[in-house]
This record gives sequence, C-alpha cells and structure tokens, in this order.
Amino acid sequence: MAPSYETLRDENLDEEDFDYDEVDVSDLKEKYEVQLEQGYDTFVVIDGLPEVTEEQKPKLVKFLLKKLNTVGKTSEDAIFMPFGDHGKSLRFAFVEYSSPAEAAAAVRQLDYSPLDKKHTLRVNKMTDIDRYGREGRIDEEYTPPHIEPFQEKEHLRSFMADPTGRGRDQFVMYRGDTVGVFWNNEKDQPENIVDRPHWTETFVQWSPLGTYLTSVHQQGVQLWGGASWTRMRRFAHPFVNLVAFSPNENYLVTWSNRPISIPDEGHPQLSIDDDGKNYVIWDIETNKPIRSFAQQDTPAAGPDGEVKKPAKFPWPAFKWSADDKYVARLNQGTSISVYELPNMNLLDKTTIKLDGVVDFDWAPATVKRDGVKEYEQLFCFWTPEIGSNPARVGLMSIPSKQVVRSLNLFSVSDAKLHWQSEGAYLCVKVDRHSKSKKSQATTLEIFRVKEKGVPVEVVDTIKDTVINFAWEPKGDRFVTITTTEPVGATAVPPKTSVAFFCPEKAKGNAVGNFKHLRTLEKKNSNAIYWSPKGRFVVVATVHNTQSSDLDFYDLDFEGEKPESDKDLTANLQLMNTADHYGVTDVEWDPSGRYVATWASAWKHAMENGYHIYDFRGEQLREEPIEKFKQWAWRPRPPTLLSKEEQKQIRKNLREFSRVFEQEDAERISSADVAVVQERRRLLEDWYNWREVVEEEIAEERAELGLPADPIEELLKAKAAEVAPNGEEQVIEEIMEEVLEETEEIVN
Amino acid sequence: MRPVLLSGHERALTQVKYNREGDLLFSTAKDQHICAWFAHNGERLGTYQGHQGAIWTVDVDPTSTIIASGSADNTIRLWEVKTGKLLKTWDFPTAVKRVEFNEDGTKLLGVTEKRMGHLGTIVVLDIKVDPEAEQSDEKALTIVCEESKATVAGWSYLSKYIIAGHEDGSVSQYDGKTGDLIYNVNVHELGSPITDLQWNQDRTYFITASKDKTAKLITAKELEVLKTYVADTPLNSAAITPKKEYVILGGGQAAMDVTTTSARQGKFEARFYHKIFEEEIGRVRGHFGPLNTVAADPTGKGYASGGEDGYVRVHQFDKGYFDFNYEVERERLNRLAAQGGN
Repeated sequence: MAPSYETLRDENLDEEDFDYDEVDVSDLKEKYEVQLEQGYDTFVVIDGLPEVTEEQKPKLVKFLLKKLNTVGKTSEDAIFMPFGDHGKSLRFAFVEYSSPAEAAAAVRQLDYSPLDKKHTLRVNKMTDIDRYGREGRIDEEYTPPHIEPFQEKEHLRSFMADPTGRGRDQFVMYRGDTVGVFWNNEKDQPENIVDRPHWTETFVQWSPLGTYLTSVHQQGVQLWGGASWTRMRRFAHPFVNLVAFSPNENYLVTWSNRPISIPDEGHPQLSIDDDGKNYVIWDIETNKPIRSFAQQDTPAAGPDGEVKKPAKFPWPAFKWSADDKYVARLNQGTSISVYELPNMNLLDKTTIKLDGVVDFDWAPATVKRDGVKEYEQLFCFWTPEIGSNPARVGLMSIPSKQVVRSLNLFSVSDAKLHWQSEGAYLCVKVDRHSKSKKSQATTLEIFRVKEKGVPVEVVDTIKDTVINFAWEPKGDRFVTITTTEPVGATAVPPKTSVAFFCPEKAKGNAVGNFKHLRTLEKKNSNAIYWSPKGRFVVVATVHNTQSSDLDFYDLDFEGEKPESDKDLTANLQLMNTADHYGVTDVEWDPSGRYVATWASAWKHAMENGYHIYDFRGEQLREEPIEKFKQWAWRPRPPTLLSKEEQKQIRKNLREFSRVFEQEDAERISSADVAVVQERRRLLEDWYNWREVVEEEIAEERAELGLPADPIEELLKAKAAEVAPNGEEQVIEEIMEEVLEETEEIVN
Repeated sequence: MRPVLLSGHERALTQVKYNREGDLLFSTAKDQHICAWFAHNGERLGTYQGHQGAIWTVDVDPTSTIIASGSADNTIRLWEVKTGKLLKTWDFPTAVKRVEFNEDGTKLLGVTEKRMGHLGTIVVLDIKVDPEAEQSDEKALTIVCEESKATVAGWSYLSKYIIAGHEDGSVSQYDGKTGDLIYNVNVHELGSPITDLQWNQDRTYFITASKDKTAKLITAKELEVLKTYVADTPLNSAAITPKKEYVILGGGQAAMDVTTTSARQGKFEARFYHKIFEEEIGRVRGHFGPLNTVAADPTGKGYASGGEDGYVRVHQFDKGYFDFNYEVERERLNRLAAQGGN
C-alpha cells in the first residue's frame, strides 16, 4: 500500500532530525541572489578627462555638460569630480542622469567620443564598474589576451565556380524536415551539394548576394556558407520570426513578435538594454548587436478620424538605402526615422516629421540625378489628404533631407510606390475615388528620377482596380493586372486583365512617353514575374484551385512587328503557356535562364513539388515531392565585368553559343548513350535470370516426375470429359469489324 | 483502348480475376454476390448467390470448373462455375480476405482476418476439382501469423512455398507442405500494409503492391526484390502482364482521405510501368474512385480493373500496346529474329 498523507507525516518525514545548517547552499545563494535595486542606475563614470585644478574645474564641467546633455539631462550639481591630495583632479568624474535610460544612452553614444584632440572619453555605467571592477574581480597581474592563430577561411563565393564549368546556378530546397542545396541540372536530377535534416526550424533564406544561407531556430538565426557549409555566424535572438538583410550583406535585422526577455543570468549576445525589444539590428561582420527597437503601436485612429484596422506588422519594418549607409523606419502617420550606419544614430538626431505619412521606400539603387553632384540616397513617401491639404507624394534626398520633388494629388484613397530596379523610375499607383466615393479609378504617376527636374508623367486612367504592378528590371516597361471587381473573399476569383506598357520610340537616348501596348482580357492571372535580366516575363495564376496557368511572354520578339506597334519600343509575343496544378510560388534563377515553380505544403497539401521551365516556357523537369515547402535560387553578386566587356560578349554571342551548344550536345548524347547501355544491361540481366530460373524449374519438375506443363494435362483430361470423342467444338466465334472511323478535332 | 464498363455491382469492388483462357472474368464486391462475365463483350454469365457479407476474394481453378470465394461472413465457399451451384462451405472464426488455388487446383489457401481474439491465419484445404465429389471438411494445414497478420497470400511454383504479404510491409515464405516459416523479409516501408500479391505465369516471381506507394517484383525462391516501381499514390493492386514486359498498378487516395479532391488529385488511374526498366510508360483513366483491384488477361490481350466506384472496366489492348518497344528491346528482338532465320 502506498503511504497516505497521514502516515507520510508521521513516518516518512522526521523534520526534527534534519539539520539545515549542514547543507551548503553558498553556490546556490551566489547564483540566485537577487540583484537589489541599488539606485545607481542613473550614474555613469567618465574616464579620460584632463587633469585640472580647482580653478579650472568649472570650465571643464561646463564644457563637459554640453556633451553630456546631448543624450540626456544632467546638471552641474550632478557631476562629481574627485580631487587628489595634490590639489588636482583625478581625471574622472561621476555623473548622474535623470533616468536610467539616459545613462544607458550616454554609455552607448558617448563612450569613445573625443572631448578634444588629446582626450577621448570613456563612459561606463556605475553599476558595471562596481560589478566588474570590484576588488578581487580583477586579476592584479596582467595576462595578455589569448589571440587565436590566424586560420584561413573558406572562400565565401566558391559557389560561383561550377565544378563542371557550365555556370549552373544553385538552389535550396526545404522538404519534409530536410534542407538541401543543389546544382540545377535542367532536365536531370539536381546534383546534391549538401543535405541536412532539421537544418532549420521554420524556413531558410539566402542573403541578398548569395553568400550566406540563413536558418531560423527558436534560439535565433544562423548563417551558413563556404564550400563545406560550416556555420559562419550566430545571432541569438530568441523566438525570432523574420530576418532581413541589408542589400550589401553588412547588417541583419531580426524580428520576433515576442519581446526579448533577458534572463537573470544574462544572455550571450544581448544585454539588459535589449530587454523588451522586438527588433535587433546586427553587424554581420562582428556578429554583434548594434541596436534594438521595440515594436511600435499602430495608431488607433486614422487621419480623418476613422479607426483603421491595425496593420498586421509592417515588414520589412527597417528599410535600407541601396548602399547600407542608412536604415529608416516609418512611424505610421507622423514621421520617418533615418538612422546612420554604422553607429545606428538618428540622422541629425531627429526624426523627419511628415504628417500623416503612410508609406515610404528607398530607391533600390544609388541614383545619379541630372545636375546633382553631391552624394545622396533617395526615398519616396506619400501622405494622405488631411483636412483641406491635398495628398502628397514626395521624393526626399538624404542626408540633406530636402524634398527634391513633390506632387499634390486629390481624391486619393490609396497609393502604392513601385521603384524600378535601377531607381530610374518611380511609379506611384494612385487609387482615386470619385466625389461620391462610389467609383474607383487608378492612375499611374511615373517620376522620371534621372531626368532634370524629375518630370512626372501620368500614364493612363484605369477604370478597374489594379491588383498587381511590376517594372521590367533594368528596363523601362511594365505590366499591370487589373480586375473589374474588388478582390474579396469570393469563392471564384474574378477574371483579370493583363496590360503591357512601354515607352514610345524617341530620338537619341531619351525615353519616350509611356504608352499602352496591349491588354489581354479574361485571364485568371494574378502575379507577375519578370526575368531578372528583363525582356521576358511570366504572368501566372498562383494560389488558385481552379486555374494555374503560367504565360511566358517575350517583349523583344524578333519576328514581325504589328503595324500598330511600330512607334513603340516593344514587340510582344506569347511564347508558351504552361500549367502547373496548384502552383503557389514562381521564381526566376538569377541568370534569367530558368524558372522554378512550386506548390508548397505551407499553402496546401495537393500535389506538392516543383517544376523547372526554361525562359521560353518549355518544361524541363517536374518532381512531385511530399511535404515540399520551399525553393530558393541562390542569388549571385553583381557581375565583375565592365560595361565594355559585357558589350563585347553580347557582340560575340554567336561564337560563345556555338561552343556551349556543342558542349551541351556532347553531354546529352553521352548521357543518352549511358541510359541506353544501362537499359541494355537490365534487359540482358533479366533474360539471363529468366533462363536460369526456367531451367531450374524444368529440372525440378522432371525430378518430381511431374508434367512440364501441369495445366495442359488437366485441360486435356477435362476436354476428354466434356467432348469424349475428342472433337473440338466451336461454340461462338467473335469477330470485330471496323465499319467506319472518323476523327473530329474539337477545339 | 475502348473499355467495357461492367456495372453489375452496387458497391466497391474487392477483386477481379480472369480464368486461364482469359474469356471469363470473375468479380467480387462488398455487395454479397460474385459475378461472372464474358470478358470480350461484358455480358454477364451469371452470379453466385449465398454469401451473407461483403465478399473479399475469389479464385478460379485452372480448368474453369469451380471457383472459391472468401467473405466477411467468415466462410470460404466453393461453387460450380457452369451452374452457380454452391458445392461446399467452410466456416472460420473471422472474415476471409484472400483465397488462391495452387497451380493444379488441388489445394486452396485462405487468409483469415485477425479479430476478436483470433490471430490471423493462413489455412490450406484439399480440393477435388469435381463438382460431384465430396469435399473434405478438414483443414490440411493452418499457419498462424503471430507477428503481423497476413493480408494476402499465394502459392509458388510446384506449390512449394506459400508466400504471404503482411500488414507491417514484410513478406514471408512458408513451406507449402509443412507450413514452416522459412523467411520473413521487410520489403516495403515498415508499417505500410501489403495490399496485393500476384504471380507471373509460372509462379516463380510475384509483384506486391503496398500503401507505401511502391510495388515490388520479388522472387519466390529467395524473396529477392528484383524491381521497384514508384508511384505517387498508395497502391491497392498490382498485376504482371503476360506477353509484354509490363506491370499494371492501381490505387489512389484512400476513399476516406478523399474529401474535396477532384478525380485529378485522387490519382484514380491504372498505371503501366515497364517491368524491366521500372519506368512509367502510360496511364489509363476512367474510374472516379480508387482502383481496388487490377487483373491482367492471362492471354495478354487485355486487363480489367475494379474500383471503389463500383465499376469494373475491361480493356482490350490495341495495336499500339503490342507495337511499343524500347529501342533496346527492338534490338534484341531483331537479333533473335536474325538468329532464328539462320
């Protein structure tokens, strides 16, 4: 019988006999001792001050205060500068700030800042000095830090060198619980490079130049790379949800919807300052956090009083300028905060006030505007109508914070900003409502950023709702998808129209006015995927249970050009239409040669797997894979060839392609030979095996004295029984005669 | 291929079986009667009435004199083909999932279900292929499957072995006379039941179909896996075609898993694979439910499939089927022809 509660008390616990003093709990005490609020959190210690006499002190304090007040509030009385016996200061001071946050800011921003040419300030928290500098904590003897011997690292761009010399691209596949990186082999089985189960917990992501593969775990983010796929970096942001890189792979932003909570025993990478924050900005090179931010509350009320539903969470919340020099964040409805890298200090220490600002976006490339010599990065933003003020789209230059172009608009219900990949054009898709707010129309306002004065062109008035828009990368043409009905939660998505636009032919190097090229009606398409090299575009129907078309278009078709298009800079041709049932995602490889399409198990469970097409829409490969989740082509860094060299290649393209075609033909024919030989071997093996088996059985039968064909004997016996006189009777004979055959072709 | 649609059953098909000449086709379904059909035109020869439960299985002796059937009413019954007369009933404690005659029709094996405290067994009955003869009540042999119950079983060449496919995906070889277990080999994915087992003509190798979406060609003597055919859907049945070196696989998303999926996603197609190269060469559509059973005409002229949709589809192969050859096959045939000419 198990001891009951009553018996337990009497027999099993002899409390009196137990001597608590015997137990040594000092280790536990040390570990779990509560850090009492000591009230020193507002204090900092400043080292590196010049030695001054009592007379000189006020001057220094005054000078110092100027600096100290840039990050918080403090006063003369709050500075205590100890003096030695010799009547001179001891070159350090205690400073009290009005809040712990200010003290923390002082440590972050003033440490290592120069006081004058000779003196550099060192700022530390008082509590830190106490914690780390207390007697006994510091070894009296100097031991030189152990410096690891230099180890050569693997080349991070070795992936650019295809061992077969075919310039193949790599991609990552995440299926089931396994992540693998492969070489694309067109029609053939992709060549596996590395395959690891449970490599990531949620998804994988390439860095923008393809250097690192990011894996996401509950404990944080890891970066992998090099030829042996070792772990390069680790960013311990607990419960991280999303990751974004800066365009040049210098920085990383991690986000978690759970605020960071730093445990008492500390965190390997983050400090107590990061407690309660959601975003962390990391320096990839040093593997250290630069600054962390808390999530912003979305504003309760919109500009005209109506309550806006809170945005899910804006991502990316931090947007990077093209050269990694700035990162900016939108403060919905009020301002934009631009931070300078590498310190993550606010540009000019203030946010840029923009009343009502809804959205902004950096130019994806560093733009050289006509007649502007200074360095600048551009971003565009838009603000809705507030009261009697019109809505406004502006282009701001950073660091000068000058609005270099702005455009006033009326009756705006929404606007979307679309940069062309080189920053040459900015298209603002403006949804306007009529006065009664009953009908909607869309206009496309195109800013020609590189031209003098940034002229704005209104392209077209579109009656329907524009659901998708995409610029040709490095080009000046674009595709829109429109629908007559608003996209809602209808069972059958409405029909859409796909429209192509391009500039008119113009003299010299100028780009003519944008004109409508063609509209294709009654489509189901809802997504646009341009080749990264331009010219080719896939217009697809994704996330649709009824339809899954992939239309491959060429905008520089080399065939005959219709008379109506003769003044336009495009010749549109539908090259092919493919169908990939249940397709959820489409991605071009970075060279623009192949298109991968896949049906991800994240979206639905039907026919998961991928297809590969070439740029003309010819299907090369299809592979159904259970629990297929994700595919991503490995990006390539920009080419190192100069403009001239690229031109040279284009000129001699025929020469090159002859060599490549020959190589391809040889490879394919040798592969074919291998297949045929393998089949021949299989066939040979099979018939040899059959021969042996048949012989064996014949022998066995003979040994047992059984007839060679057991059934024939039986049938003979039965036949004799049915027809005793041995005559064969034909009961019924079946004849089939084809009377007429017609073939009908039904469209 | 113009199929003949046999709509004589009201419920899901469980097995279809050709006789040796390929002119008769027997089908069983969950609707309690066995049908016999003329294979060439789909005319019904008759039905065999008497079972009181879903019928899982049927087999015909090599001389097309008698048929045996196994049912969920816990009986194996023997019928005269010609008249439909019930000749004999054997009772068992549980349902009978599979029956098969040996090569000369003198022995019949039955696979019984594991249920209600009874382990799954394979029983062997001695049969006299004569409608007039008195059949023995005694079981010649009982094999008890202690590990994992047998789902399908069959007789090898010379009735030397009994081969059984199990619920756990393994295949066993028993001595045909003593019933001793000789081998047990895991061939299919662990835990994926084997759903069908069919022989080639001389019963030296067989094909298994499994829920793990593969079918395997296995030798009877060594239980060596010769070929593996990979499909994209759970398989219910597989057959080896005579004359041409193909196999036919049938399956589809299990009925209970098909909810809102269309016929396209259910993958209710008969798939043809090249037996030696393991490559898929074609599919035949038509059923609107999973294929529960496929059978190849022993004369190599056609095949039949029975679906969860209650229909049997009988196909006669057309010329293209017989003409199709891989290049290396043609090469070999030409070589043989040349040798024959000399």
